Amino acid sequence: LLYWAQQMERTSVPPIHNVAICGGTHGNELTGVYIVREMQKQKMEKAGSVSVTTVETNPRAVAAGRRYTEMDLNRCFTDVLLSSPITESTPYEVRRAQELNAQLGPKGSAEAVDLLIDLHNTTSNMGLCLILLVIDSLYYTKIIENNLSSVPVRAIQLDIPSSKAYSLESVGKHGFAIEVGPQPNGVLRADIFNVVKEALDLTLQWLQKFSSGHSFEGGTVEAYTFVKSVDYPRDSAGKATAVIHQNLQDNDFKLLRSGDPIFQTFSGDILKYEGEDLYPFFVNECAYYEKKIAFHLAQRKTYSFPPISVKND
Amino acid sequence: SSNNNNTARFDAARRVAIFGGTHGNEMSGVTLVNLWMQNSAEIQRKGLEIKPFITNPKAVEKCVRYVDTDLNRAFTQENLSATGGDELPYEVQRAQEINRMFGPKGSAEAYDVIFDLHNTTSNMGCTLILESSKDAFNLQMMNYIKKAFAPASCLVLLNEHPLLKYSTSRSVAKHPVGMEVGPQPQGVLRSNIFEAMRVILKHALDFISLFNEGMEFPPCTVEVFRVLERMDYPRDANGNIIAMVHPNLQDCDWEPLNPGDPMFQTFDGKTIHYQGSSTVYPTFINEAAYYEKQQAFVTTRRETLAASAIRKA
Repeated sequence: LLYWAQQMERTSVPPIHNVAICGGTHGNELTGVYIVREMQKQKMEKAGSVSVTTVETNPRAVAAGRRYTEMDLNRCFTDVLLSSPITESTPYEVRRAQELNAQLGPKGSAEAVDLLIDLHNTTSNMGLCLILLVIDSLYYTKIIENNLSSVPVRAIQLDIPSSKAYSLESVGKHGFAIEVGPQPNGVLRADIFNVVKEALDLTLQWLQKFSSGHSFEGGTVEAYTFVKSVDYPRDSAGKATAVIHQNLQDNDFKLLRSGDPIFQTFSGDILKYEGEDLYPFFVNECAYYEKKIAFHLAQRKTYSFPPISVKND
Repeated sequence: SSNNNNTARFDAARRVAIFGGTHGNEMSGVTLVNLWMQNSAEIQRKGLEIKPFITNPKAVEKCVRYVDTDLNRAFTQENLSATGGDELPYEVQRAQEINRMFGPKGSAEAYDVIFDLHNTTSNMGCTLILESSKDAFNLQMMNYIKKAFAPASCLVLLNEHPLLKYSTSRSVAKHPVGMEVGPQPQGVLRSNIFEAMRVILKHALDFISLFNEGMEFPPCTVEVFRVLERMDYPRDANGNIIAMVHPNLQDCDWEPLNPGDPMFQTFDGKTIHYQGSSTVYPTFINEAAYYEKQQAFVTTRRETLAASAIRKA
């Protein structure tokens, strides 16, 4: 596959003139908050010819130390919510989404920022993941993966068509989230901060090289494609009756097969997985209890991408 | 208690409570207490009244640490005697209610033992928290638990510091016992942490049962870590943190921190070293809830406490 990728025809890609780096979309995911603040303190506004904008996207949630104040900001970027009229009762996060869309978008227009990177943390043991809405940003995974040895680097593809995209990075012409864990909500770990800073530095360095005409060789990247979610078993009152089994806990991206334990009930019974071989991720993510998700399951595929260089304007 | 051959006599411990949800997002205690409120078979012991109790139900419902103020700091004499009814902060009202049900604090009617179940984002493992170095009953209990739990580790943190000790919910009892297990993110239930807490509590109840049946516990020594000093993050003039717990210190609870060892890392990569005059043993390293309490970690020193023999009066 690699051979064929490198034989694929060299592709010209439009230049990236501007990048937005966002943190605090969930106010208790602290790495992004402090990365953005440090970049602002260092006046990181340019990387070569690429202009850099940094934004703390949900300052009220950050101040409160909460994921959100009224509604999850990272679900507010649908076309419907972005165009809904603002009234007295409009949740803060919907207003904020519209402000961000005006600042960094508008989504789908020529004025939108070329690349939007949104920084997140998870309580799950996922290492560093790039969460892509579409496959086009796969080469960023490769850049980071090739150069970062301290944590596993993976790509997750959610396969959401642009018309249905609800998260912040869909505002940019291109965009992805960098999701790093495990880190508890409200905790800032130096090792994770350092890894994310390094990943961003690699990305910005690459963008500078790319913009100045350097070409990037083709290659292959493995990506995990979302298939479905699994909820906790619940009682008639809707309360979870089990905890993630210790064999699954912290084993994100380890292949799950039929018969593998996934839950342990409070009375000690073990519940097993039934289904096709799939890869679990977001195992025991705190914020997903209310979304009725114990873990997601994905297929893993290898994608190839051609050699690319910047299209001269 | 009267001494007979240097054996301290205590009345049988007939009334025991198990508190969960003192912090509403510390899930092991919340889950265990809810389970036992539905089905108490596991915690029953002959001749012993054991009451599982959710201390902060509003915080549990919202899955937050507290609603108005930290319940585990609220049991001051001032709060317990405050007038104002519904006007008082929620947790102050709760403290008064809990003091009525399980106290009054300092009186002969107070519960004999209260176990208060907590989780921490710090890598503390299983920790028992002791409030008095002179409580022979508690020292003997902790000695029993440590031995029963071995080879797994269960350490004892002694917080008797006149300025740093605080008025906990368990302090209404004659013998307050804190049980702190980590690391676990807020709002997350991990099976290994849940099971560990369940086991140490079982040992604690076994101890009380044996004591009540008349067993004499010979004199013993207990290694404890005595709280010395609270260390805050370096902050700027606006109170914002300007550094993170250093990667060398992160997760190293209970390990020696020597003068000159790395302690914090600034956002631009500089190391700040520990400037104390002697080796200390840090704990509560990077606890999420303590950012707002100006605490990055506490320092402790190792001590061996002697406990006299004890027997039921």
